[in-house]
This record gives sequence, structure tokens and C-alpha cells, in this order.
Amino acid sequence: MTILIKGAGVAGLALAAELARRGVAVSVTDPEQSPLGNASSMAGGMLAPWCERASAEEEVLTWGRHAADWWDDMLPGEVTRNGTLVVAPGRDRAELARFAERTSGHAVIDADRIAELEPDLAGRFRQALFFEGEAHLDPRRALPGLVDMLKGRGVRFHFGEALRAYSLEADCTGFARAADDPELRGVRGEMLILRTAEISLSRPVRLLHPRFPVYVAPRQDNCFMVGATMIESSRAGPVSVRSMMELMNAAYSLHPAFGEAEVVETGVGVRPAYPDNLPRVKIDGGVVSVNGLYRHGFLLAPAMARQAADLLCEQISGMELRNGTHG
Amino acid sequence: MLELYGRAVSSRLLLGTANYPSPAVLQRAVREAGAQIVTVSLRREIAGGSGRVGGFWSLICDLDVQVLPNTAGCHSVKEAVLTAQMAREVFGVNWIKLEVIGHHDTLQPDVFALVEAARILIDDGFEVFPYTTDDLVVADRLLDAGCRVLMPWCAPIGSARGPVDKDALRSLRAHVPDIPLIVDAGIGRPSHAAAVMELGYDAVLLNTAVAAAGDPVAMAKAFALAIEAGHLAAGAQPLEPRDVAVPSTPVIGKAVFS
Repeated sequence: MTILIKGAGVAGLALAAELARRGVAVSVTDPEQSPLGNASSMAGGMLAPWCERASAEEEVLTWGRHAADWWDDMLPGEVTRNGTLVVAPGRDRAELARFAERTSGHAVIDADRIAELEPDLAGRFRQALFFEGEAHLDPRRALPGLVDMLKGRGVRFHFGEALRAYSLEADCTGFARAADDPELRGVRGEMLILRTAEISLSRPVRLLHPRFPVYVAPRQDNCFMVGATMIESSRAGPVSVRSMMELMNAAYSLHPAFGEAEVVETGVGVRPAYPDNLPRVKIDGGVVSVNGLYRHGFLLAPAMARQAADLLCEQISGMELRNGTHG
Repeated sequence: MLELYGRAVSSRLLLGTANYPSPAVLQRAVREAGAQIVTVSLRREIAGGSGRVGGFWSLICDLDVQVLPNTAGCHSVKEAVLTAQMAREVFGVNWIKLEVIGHHDTLQPDVFALVEAARILIDDGFEVFPYTTDDLVVADRLLDAGCRVLMPWCAPIGSARGPVDKDALRSLRAHVPDIPLIVDAGIGRPSHAAAVMELGYDAVLLNTAVAAAGDPVAMAKAFALAIEAGHLAAGAQPLEPRDVAVPSTPVIGKAVFS
């Protein structure tokens, strides 16, 4: 019995990995030509459940706290466990106290400690929050990395194709499922990739600001991902000048060296979300779906994959019992 | 009962819809507060060029409340007028909360552009709710332009400082006794809302103070109660402060030991 997973974004690939680990035969199909054609490739890749708890429900922390271990297990060497640094411009320091009050798992650190952790930010901030238990990865490495790892375990991939007629399917198609799932809505996110050799960071840095919290996540080859806007819209069109200005401004206020950085890429993705902004594993007409990962794709995909894999394994054993093939 | 452009509303709390942890929390907050009017900002991305709005809009529609679109983020007359016209098309209402921002950082209203935009929109059939300062002359000019509701700030947007100049708010109230006055910005806590209601203001519009609270649903309810309390108090003729203590029980006939 082979399960067909529709969608090779982070939800689909994590589910494929979880099923493969349990010895279930899996095929994955996606209309895009590669795993980098979907919204997951625009993600920040932060495994930051404690920070996210500032504006998300408790489940984000309970489901997300083991995400770094899961990714480390699946893709050894791809997870960087250097924590998250949260800073605020001088005039917005009240925001830092507020963020600290809303979250746990952090230490308040002073300018000296900031300089130890991130030498290039020395002297720029008097205070920061350090979330030592958090981690990050680069989605542009992790997604193809998962595909390669899974191919090695016998998972078949069909990119650029739409397969059907499997007796057991799992739908992981993200916002594309909105037509069949009226609860889903799109939340547009815009991001930039900047390149500069003048500054280096060892961990994602979040800049708090009353109007738009932004993060700058270090990537390979002197690149930095700056994201991401949150706009209640399912439009996937190009980034707007206003959003780009806000993102660039945030990077610049983190460090003026970003003023000289090259803009390597601008990107837009439409995040699938349910009304409470929490993901769901659903069964509808026999089809298991994993969706609504919102801005927590890499953080919550492992927990959702486990839940969905449990359900699918139950369905398999049910079918095998009915067909008399069990044992 | 409060009347805004001929529409009677019983709730004196208007809620903004931005920056909640999730639409589900927003829905619960609006219901818990019993708000009957919510403001929605029209980002160009929402309109999406096709006139169709996404899932967020349908969640607002589920609430079955009056929508007051706003022109948040507009910095010029032209931009505000265009946004208002798009909002009318998208949301199907001729109410508009008119914001013309004069200063990017403090979000202080540009009152000159505000008056001009109000005039253009009223000529075009809109019913305008202008976000303004507590300036009396600007209030007059907005009324001359045809506004029948004014929405003064009590402190800069999002500053959560509460009424920073009560005398100015009092004199505006006295200056336009028959025009509904809705405090639109700067409220941080329920006590701030109660304070402006005690000054005889007709309603309060909030967003950040509820949306960014640790528990937005409980905070929405707290504001609704405070606004109700302040409104009742305003109608009940509160005492004025005095310089000396006044005992509440009669002292005549009591023994004096000191």
C-alpha cells in the first residue's frame, strides 16, 4: 500500500519523512517543478516557538518546542542552534519589556553580552532578549535536502505532474486547497534577500517596532533573509514599494551596513491559515489533510506530520484488516 | 441611543480590526464587547485589483456588524480620496473614516489635507468620520465641509497615553454640543476610556489597546464596561473636585475630642 502525498512544501515533505521513518511506502506529487516553487521556500526557517508565543496560542509552543530536534534528526547538520536575539530601537524599548512579559525561555542581556554574541551589533543596543533554546535553518537547503534524503529511502517524487487514483491520499497543498476548504484564508507575506559581506550574524535577530516586527536571518554566502510582512490577502503579486521600504528600513536600523547591501531577491508567498492561525490535521471524505501552517511552517510541520502519520497508519491497518492482508 | 449619520447604535465602543493574534480572537473580542461598528483598513493588496476580498473579509462579515472602512496610511488628499472610493466599491458602504496622516512617525493628522479631502468626499456622497486633533477651528472647518461626526484623538495613535489634555477635550465638547464626538486614538486602558466618556464624549474607537493586550477578549469586555460606566456617569452629573475635605456625615451634634 502506497500513500500519495499531494504537495511538496514543508507540510508534505515532513509528512513523507515521518511516514518513511515508519516504513510506509510514499509517493509525492507537486505541480511545481521543484520543492522550491511553493510558499515554504519563502519562509524564514526560524524554529522559534518561544518568540512566536508573543502573539500566538500556547499550542505553537507545545507543538513547536521539539521541532529543532526533529529537523536535526532528519537533516543532520542543517539546524543551527544559536538561539534568537530580540532587540528594539531606543525609542521602542517599551516594546522589549512587553515582549519579555509575553514570552518565556529568554534572558535579558546587556550591551556587553550582545557584543559577545553578535560582535557586529556591538554598541548598537543597550538591551536585548536572548532566547537560547531556539534554532534556525535555511528552507532553501532543507526542502531539497529532505527530497534527496527521502529519495534515498525509496520515496518517489513526481514534480510537475498531477497524480491521482491512489486509494490513500494526503493533501498538503497549502493555500491551493482553499477552494475545497472554506475555512482556509491566505495571508500574504513579503520578504527580501540581501547580500553584504560587511556584517555577519550568527542567529536570527528580531527587531521590535510598534508597527511592524521584522527579523533578519543569516543565510549562507553573506546573504540575509529579511521578513516578513503579514497582509490579510491571498494576492500573490509582486512586493509593494511600501512593504519593501519597511523591510529595508528595518534591516538598516538593525545595522547601517545593510544600506550598502545588494538586494538579491524579493519574494512573495501566500500562507494558508485557519481562523485561529493554528494548523489542523483533518479527515474529510477519507482524505487526510495537513494545512493552515500560517507563519509556522518549519516550526509546526513536524508535529503535524506526526499527527497525520498516526491517522494514516490507522487507516492503513484498517484497510489491510478489511482486505484480509494483515498478518 | 447614539445616532451616527441617521443610524442608531447602542454600543459606544467601536473596534478596529488590525493586529489581533488571529481572526478568531478578533471575532471573540468584538462579540464579547458587543461592538456594533468595526473599522477595516483597505490595503491595496486586499482589493487585489479584482474587487474580491479574501478570507479575512468573510470572517468580518460573519460578525454581522456595521463596517466603517478607513483610509489608514494615506498621506495626501488624492491618496485618501482614492482609497475611500475603492473602499466604497469593495465594502459597499458610503461611510468612511478619513485619516490623512501628516507626519510619518507620529501619525499626527494633516488637518489641512483632512478638511480638503472631507469636502471632496462629502460632495461625492460619502458620510465622513474625520480623524482629527482637538483643535476647535479645525472642528469648525470640518463641520463647514459637511461632517456630522468628529473623531478627535486624545493622544497620538498607539501611544496608549490616555487623555493628555482634558481641558482641550472639554472645550471641544462644549464647542460642538450637538455633534457626536468619538475619541479615536491614544487610549491605552479602560480607565482612559471611562475618563473621556465622563467628559461627555459619545463613543470611543479602539484598536491597539485591545488587539495587543495579553488577552484581547477580556480587554474588549473591560473597555465595554468602562465606556458604559463613563457614559452613565456623564449623565449622572458627577461631583467636581474641591480643595478641602468635606465630611459625608454631619458633624453637628457630635462630640469633638481633638
